[in-house]
Amino acid sequence: MAIPFREALKTKDFIVTAEAAPVKGANTEKMQEHIELLKDRVDALNVTDNQSSVMRYPSLGTCLLIKEHGGEPILQITCRDRNRLAIQADLLFAFSRGISNVLCLTGDSIDVGDHKEAKPVFDLDSVQLIHLVHTLNSGKDMAGNELDGGVDFCIGASATPSADPIEPQLVKFRKKLNSGVDFIQTQAVYDLEELKRCMEHAHKVDRKVKVLAGIVLLVGAKMAAFMNENVPGIFVPEYLIDELAQAPKGTGLSKGIEIAGRLITQIREEKICDGVHIMAIGREERVPEILEAAGL
Amino acid sequence: MNRDDSKIVAFCCEHSAYQAANKAGRMRLHYPDNVRIIRVPCAGRVDVQHILKAFEKGAAGVLVMGCQEGACQHLTGNTRARERVKYTDSLLKEVGIDGSRVRMVNLGPDMGQQFVAEVKEMAEKIEGEMRR
Amino acid sequence: MIIAERKPLEEIKNMLSGYKEILVVGCRTCVTICWAGGEKEVGILSSQLKLASSREGNELSILEATVERQCEKEMVIEELRDKVQEVEAILSMGCGVGVQTIAEIFEEKPVFPALNTTFIGMPEAEGVWVEKCGACGDCMLYWTGGICPVVRCAKGLLNGPCGGTRRGGKCEVDPEKDCAWVLIYRRLEKQGRLDLMERYYEPKNYRAVKRPGRIEAATA
Repeated sequence: MAIPFREALKTKDFIVTAEAAPVKGANTEKMQEHIELLKDRVDALNVTDNQSSVMRYPSLGTCLLIKEHGGEPILQITCRDRNRLAIQADLLFAFSRGISNVLCLTGDSIDVGDHKEAKPVFDLDSVQLIHLVHTLNSGKDMAGNELDGGVDFCIGASATPSADPIEPQLVKFRKKLNSGVDFIQTQAVYDLEELKRCMEHAHKVDRKVKVLAGIVLLVGAKMAAFMNENVPGIFVPEYLIDELAQAPKGTGLSKGIEIAGRLITQIREEKICDGVHIMAIGREERVPEILEAAGL
Repeated sequence: MNRDDSKIVAFCCEHSAYQAANKAGRMRLHYPDNVRIIRVPCAGRVDVQHILKAFEKGAAGVLVMGCQEGACQHLTGNTRARERVKYTDSLLKEVGIDGSRVRMVNLGPDMGQQFVAEVKEMAEKIEGEMRR
Repeated sequence: MIIAERKPLEEIKNMLSGYKEILVVGCRTCVTICWAGGEKEVGILSSQLKLASSREGNELSILEATVERQCEKEMVIEELRDKVQEVEAILSMGCGVGVQTIAEIFEEKPVFPALNTTFIGMPEAEGVWVEKCGACGDCMLYWTGGICPVVRCAKGLLNGPCGGTRRGGKCEVDPEKDCAWVLIYRRLEKQGRLDLMERYYEPKNYRAVKRPGRIEAATA
């Protein structure tokens, strides 16, 4: 039985979270296998919300499955598909079913997904969403009405340590921290200097926030280059693409696991931040190997 | 236009192509007789609608003939004409008139033979497609 | 100004299928400036339609007209009153407002749109028109250095940028487009007003204009 994530944030030396990606369909078998595999190996499991604007089983549903299996879920909510009414309603439901960790995101654009003619909502942005959760936590809804049955969420947000130009992103980062968040999970990090800088900025605003570095499993040079071009917020440096390219044929995945393990080990040993968030997109079953490679 | 059997309309700039056409005549060079030559002060005077009207009135091909690159008396008339011809070609494609039935040609005033060659080429293209 | 562009010719032809006598109407204001529906474009489209129909063995008789502003009832009536009698249908090359104005005045004649009205914008360069304003009814340009985040940020964020900004400050959605929030940052930086960007902007009032919008002057 996992301890509540907010407790892990307070008490653990090095926090590890991972992702369980929902299925495109109503067959939850594989998801449940991944949940079983990972729930006891990590401090919490994020569930993405129509990630990359590709329609999938809802985050809320997968979080319920995680609870059923005795794991600790982090509900990801984006602003792309739901207006303020729907978001508040979903949060009430989530809390009533024991889900009390939420990651507040803006959401990828419709265009990168598979329903390219859908109407984007974006009634709110991620900062407004953080404020919204605080409002609900205080016992009221956004319109100022009293709630019959309150909620108490542990609030998280994302950060993009490698962006060019970086200054506007830092403004956004400060705004999120000033709005009050318990944890930050960053987008994929490969440059540890950037991560250190990100931590410095975080601590200038809030010494208590926990920052988890995002680790995306790379499986080959082509995939890394593809992500550079097509996945928002991810920048894989040339030298890593080269390292992957030079790996013997068929060993791309092992190389990727080695790289991930290396990054995590370095972060932990140098105490650069408070933990990691492992995203093994489509390869959730490899997460235990990554943890092993990192000596966790 | 009152030559109903004109299949080709050639808008000829008076500084270049019109003179070339005259030279072809003086040299007794033979070219198809269903060509209507329209003299213009510059190829840049020819607008999209002029070309479309020519087709409306029965032309099967249109040539817009102006000065060579860099030689336009009005500096950019021939360049603008080329752009307009390209645009008109796309408008004609939309209508199903494919196959470059409108063409921009750059000539010098003494290029009688080239004038004839261009006209003949257009005539052959039209005839070839009509036969199919 | 309103920016529009002409529909594909096939779509226009399909609308007109079955009609033999039509009136093509342009507008001398916005759509002339964005090269979509001015007098010249009326002439070009009419030529194309005539060429197309004669190739298909149909006869299409076309009257042409251009109104100073298709969104002004008096001007539409003045210009079209007589010509409308002679046709079966009207093809408007005005924006959506023009089409509807004509349709309202000449209710018994079908009126079709030759254009797709796209956005409120301006000419950025010759032949290039860009969107600038979203008609949200709650203008916040004071706070963002004169750059509209509602419509120039692809996600309409008020506390931007999002984490998807591409290298060089380009937008996640379209690498050719600038991230509006990077533009806002640079503009405010130039003016020494970056404090405005550090501010928290509350959720937008999306009902500032209750659609369909209507405004009545106090002195009517």
